[in-house]
Amino acid sequence: MLYREAGQFKTNYVADSAIFPLRQDRLGLGLIIVAAYALAFMGSDFLLQAVLIPFLVFSLASIGLNILTGYTGLLSLGTGAFMGVGAYACYKLMTAFPGVNVIVWIFVSGFFSAAIGALFGLPSLRIKGFYLAVATLAAQFFLQWCFIRIPWLVNYNVSGALEAPLRTLFGIPIVGATATPQTRYLVVLTIVIVLTWLASNLVHGRIGRMWIAIRDMDLAAELMGIRPLQTKLLAFAVSSYYCGVAGALLVFLWYGGAEYDVFNINQSFFILFMVIIGGLGSLIGSFFGAALIFILPIVLGIVLPAMMSPFGISVGADVIEHLRFMIVGALIIFFLIVEPHGLARLWQIGKQKLLVWPFPY
Amino acid sequence: MDILYKVFIEPFVFMGEAPDLLIQTLWEGLVSGVLYALIALGFVLIFKASGVFNFAQGIMVVFAALTLVGLYERGVPAFLALILAVLVMLVLAVVVERVVLRPLVNQPDIILFMATFGLTYFLIGFGELIFGGNPKEMITDALFLPQGTSEVDMLGGMVRFQHLDIAAAIIASIMIGLLAVFFSKTRIGRALRAVADSHKAALSVGISLNQIWVIVWFAAGIVALVAGIMWGARSGVSFSLQIIALKALPVLILGGFTSIPGAIIGGLIIGVGEKIGEFYWGPLVGGGIETWLAYVIALLFLLYRPQGLFGEKIIERI
Repeated sequence: MLYREAGQFKTNYVADSAIFPLRQDRLGLGLIIVAAYALAFMGSDFLLQAVLIPFLVFSLASIGLNILTGYTGLLSLGTGAFMGVGAYACYKLMTAFPGVNVIVWIFVSGFFSAAIGALFGLPSLRIKGFYLAVATLAAQFFLQWCFIRIPWLVNYNVSGALEAPLRTLFGIPIVGATATPQTRYLVVLTIVIVLTWLASNLVHGRIGRMWIAIRDMDLAAELMGIRPLQTKLLAFAVSSYYCGVAGALLVFLWYGGAEYDVFNINQSFFILFMVIIGGLGSLIGSFFGAALIFILPIVLGIVLPAMMSPFGISVGADVIEHLRFMIVGALIIFFLIVEPHGLARLWQIGKQKLLVWPFPY
Repeated sequence: MDILYKVFIEPFVFMGEAPDLLIQTLWEGLVSGVLYALIALGFVLIFKASGVFNFAQGIMVVFAALTLVGLYERGVPAFLALILAVLVMLVLAVVVERVVLRPLVNQPDIILFMATFGLTYFLIGFGELIFGGNPKEMITDALFLPQGTSEVDMLGGMVRFQHLDIAAAIIASIMIGLLAVFFSKTRIGRALRAVADSHKAALSVGISLNQIWVIVWFAAGIVALVAGIMWGARSGVSFSLQIIALKALPVLILGGFTSIPGAIIGGLIIGVGEKIGEFYWGPLVGGGIETWLAYVIALLFLLYRPQGLFGEKIIERI
């Protein structure tokens, strides 16, 4: 009843090309953002630390990979390593210039990751599809080897791990052991909102259209005057920028310290799952995908034992773990069969249905 | 200059001075190359016939080996366990075709790729639930796989050959030969090649796609079982084995996704290149380059030939 198009007229081109043409959509988005900020003050520490912060971090990384895989059509399995570059760059910058605010360095560290990403994106001009995916695996394994073998990256500390030093914003600690989940959540949330807004503007503008043209058919796009080299490298750079920032956030605002192993190949696959399940070429899909892939196992871990106990089946933690794997796997296949275009498409269909409800069309 | 000397001269001088070490390294490279080729073969079989990039091949290797060892541990005689493991792979092939492939027919490649991820997750959970997550010993004795080593005097030194490696190389070669004959000489093999060329054309002459898919997934399952036995005998049966499946990817790239001889030659190049590189050039940068060298070799080949050594030429039209 409330979700209706009626009476909302588009009287100029700006209104016509708006991302959220419906007043209800804009209102809903505003409500979600307000609610997200309100959660910082109402949610428990467990919710913030173990669910929401990682969810936001993975969403950001998924947006990064979505720009590359969903919008430009270049399959990459090096996401984990690009996140690592961001984290290590941020660590080096933070410790080398302790006077500058850490927020600045989080944003700057993405540029290092972007440069490395563009470098490893060079083969994409000649290689396509799964071949490119394997080429990016070279980046993944080579960079991970660098993280292990170059002690300079961790300032020669003995443990070989990244450790978050204490850093403050307006006198409140946001990075380091004393930072509360609440402040860290607020910082992550703000960064993710800003970067998502930027990404949204990028993909809806000229650059985004270039990327989509390359994805749909690069040969045709080239004939239309889009330069494939620049466009593909730009996609790699922007994508890696997002992944790099996500990596820095992951280490310094979620884990508080990490080893090279965090950025392994499984991380890359994990992000790719989120992008595909969420919906290729959809920003909101990145959030849906991160929610499903990351939060679902947590929920299952809580729900499964509760579901089994009424039947008198008491099962060990390891069995729960195995069942979790099976259920997640089965659900991935199930969602793909129900809607191969991802959760974002389901969301769109749902909204469309709601608009015309109670009529079928 | 010093670094140039170390990179371009010293390793070769070392090779010339100690040819026995070179042969030892080459041998180890060849053996692991054959085994990589065996895993890559599983990928190629499925990719050729159904266009699915089967990420679950790695876990299928583990799952097949686990089934074999798990059944044996429960008191089933070794050869019966082997037959049962083959049957399990057949059931898996049928189920995958019914539940995963058939509803997703005609979807983009990446969606099918993702579906095999789901399959991987499911099989990890399922395998651990039934057989437990602990690493297991491969039943080498019960399957009459030879053990021990022979040392051969050669070129002024000793070269060691593990009997198991020799057996692995021979079995893998026989397996590859059988598959090649199967593909080129039998009726089903011809049907498989027809499907690989064009799904639509194959359907129009009365080849059942569903049946073909079951057959290739079953064939890939058997290849996985053999690979699982061989790798399991070398390094134990555990879920970490699925990492080697990733090693098969550069092999695929080198050989091209659609070529069986390509998978074999790619496997050998990667296996030998990796071992030689690690042994002679690894120490220059602190070792451990084995993890990425294969991918970089593959990447360099790709820049020269984007479709792999033996892949079909890519022709694009608008």
